[in-house]
Amino acid sequence: MSQFLQQLLNGLFLGSIYALIALGYTMVYGVLRFINFAHGDIFMLGAFAGLYLNKLLAPLLVSLPWPVSVLIVLLLSMIICAVLGIVIELLAYRPLRDKPRLNVLITAIGVSLFLEYTGQRVFGATQQPFPALIPPSRIGGLGDLTVTFTQVIVLVTAVVLLISLRFVVMKTKMGLAMRALSLNPTASALMGVNNSVVISFTFGLGSALAAAGGILYASLYPSIEPFMGVLPGLKAFVAAVLGGIGNIPGAALGGLIIGVVETLVAGYSTNIGVPSGYKEGVAFIILILILLFKPSGLLGKVEREKV
Amino acid sequence: MLTRSSFAAVSALTAGAFLLGLTGCKKEDAAADSAAEIVIGEVAAMTGGTATFGTSSHAGTQMAIDELNEGGGLLGKKLKLLLEDDQSKQGEAGTVAKKLISRSKIVALLGEVASGKSLEMGPICQKAGIPMISPASTNPKVTEVGDFVFRVCFIDPFQGTVMGKFAMSRGWKKVAVLTDTKQDYSVGLAQYFKEYFAKNGGTIVSEQSYSSGDKDFKAQLTAIKPTAPDAIFASGYYNETGLIATQARELGITGPLLGGDGWDSPSLVQVAGKAIEGSFFSNHFSNEDTSPRIQAWVKKFQEKNGGKTPDAMAALGYDSAMILADAIKRAGTTEGKALRDAIAKTTDFDGITGKITLDEKRNANKSAVVLTIKDGKFSFVETLKP
Repeated sequence: MSQFLQQLLNGLFLGSIYALIALGYTMVYGVLRFINFAHGDIFMLGAFAGLYLNKLLAPLLVSLPWPVSVLIVLLLSMIICAVLGIVIELLAYRPLRDKPRLNVLITAIGVSLFLEYTGQRVFGATQQPFPALIPPSRIGGLGDLTVTFTQVIVLVTAVVLLISLRFVVMKTKMGLAMRALSLNPTASALMGVNNSVVISFTFGLGSALAAAGGILYASLYPSIEPFMGVLPGLKAFVAAVLGGIGNIPGAALGGLIIGVVETLVAGYSTNIGVPSGYKEGVAFIILILILLFKPSGLLGKVEREKV
Repeated sequence: MLTRSSFAAVSALTAGAFLLGLTGCKKEDAAADSAAEIVIGEVAAMTGGTATFGTSSHAGTQMAIDELNEGGGLLGKKLKLLLEDDQSKQGEAGTVAKKLISRSKIVALLGEVASGKSLEMGPICQKAGIPMISPASTNPKVTEVGDFVFRVCFIDPFQGTVMGKFAMSRGWKKVAVLTDTKQDYSVGLAQYFKEYFAKNGGTIVSEQSYSSGDKDFKAQLTAIKPTAPDAIFASGYYNETGLIATQARELGITGPLLGGDGWDSPSLVQVAGKAIEGSFFSNHFSNEDTSPRIQAWVKKFQEKNGGKTPDAMAALGYDSAMILADAIKRAGTTEGKALRDAIAKTTDFDGITGKITLDEKRNANKSAVVLTIKDGKFSFVETLKP
């Protein structure tokens, strides 16, 4: 039993990171109706930004208590990635805004490859150890269960970010504009919404979340490389589709489900007769099932295409 | 005394072969063999997941080629090493090998470190009649491809058995196995370890797997923990092993990890830090070897590579190029078939990684060393003979 609980916990922590990345996919899709495939690479850039910031600011950070230094690194790399996201949108996606949607999608794949290989050129191809921003220690008093301090911080940060995102989208003027744009871009422009600003903001926000995801992920799995965003990015995309793409709570739910299912399949591989190495496939099997039986996702609304 | 006289004999022989080679060359000069250089191809992972292997073995190979050129080259020609990067990607190695053979007209191919990629290149070299020497692919299937494929390292049945023996000698009877199912190397190593271990009274308490590139091993390790193994045999490469070690310690698993030569990278210690201390792996070579010849080589390598200490991959890369050079000298030609025959006759070649004799299956027979991680460094534990 305790083993099962431990596996559930493992899955929960992994899932909370998928959820964080999935939010970026879902938000951009909600507003622009296109999948930003470069999202996983922004996630990677977030982790590297964290690594270099930590090196650069080391003299300053040492004198501060660790929660403050984590916050500084986290916020700064979120800002860096937000700016990057806005620039990418400006250079790569904006010129294609009135073109068929397929063009933007293919461009997104191009941007993704560009970021990966530029990363390889700039950061080098080998794995680099990610510094332990959060002091490594285990939390006791849970019987057989092991939870590390890092895991708890990761989960708390993810939840806080999710709630603040929800707040931004539902309670602020910018959020209102985002929702208006997502319903009908022409009408929102007529109502005085500056669509370009809103789109830039969406990209910035999504990229900032990806950066946070990158740093949290790197804290849990402290080895980073330029291709680290590919698989988590794909799985987060599946999570977004699972929850209903365009739906923010759906993305969070989808992320958690993927994380938990993946961990359980790997953990009980011998019991169910599937080698644990196959856990990577789980997310994609889920994707196929969802597309077959409930294409709108768990929390998504069915939309009819107008002819 | 003996070594000195045998050295004299060898040098006389090579000088003889050299002369023969020269005359042989002259005849063909007018024909195809007009190029002023001997072009040797190399495929290595310079970027991507196993990049430290590729960069290391390439540094060794390049050092050998430079040394040979400083000594006047071979058959009166300079050597030229053409390097292609396979980006650590399955599928890419075959493509670049084809490119080297068809476009660059190489006389022989050196590489790859990873077995999966050597298995891709083997059939291509075999078909083209170009001898291939892998520096460090330990999976037995690599040389079974055909008679043009060689290696200068030991093979997994030996390496797996060595680690099995080692675990037994330490009194570890219950071992869990964690395999990278995406790598032929890891699967093979685990298989031979299990065979030896089970046959000699040990128990494999849990078998788990993952695929290269994974970062999360908590699920597998959580499943391993209740079986309370004395040690975990993690036969994958250094990337994942570093994270496995960290996560195992986080979950409170205290036993040592065991592995093969795929651990041999400074990256392992950088990622795992304290978590990997006290674990053991088998390897081809230890740079702590006190023999003056090895130490002189280590020093020379460091001078050439900015103070970087050579690892086993560098030593094997060096040996693979030197064995090829030795065979070219003995064959007196770079024609595929003759060169192949010469490589196959390699006997008691005094390499950096030990005395190398290629057997009828084109594998090198030599002993392995067991290393442990102590204070962030790989330190020598013992040598195990085949």
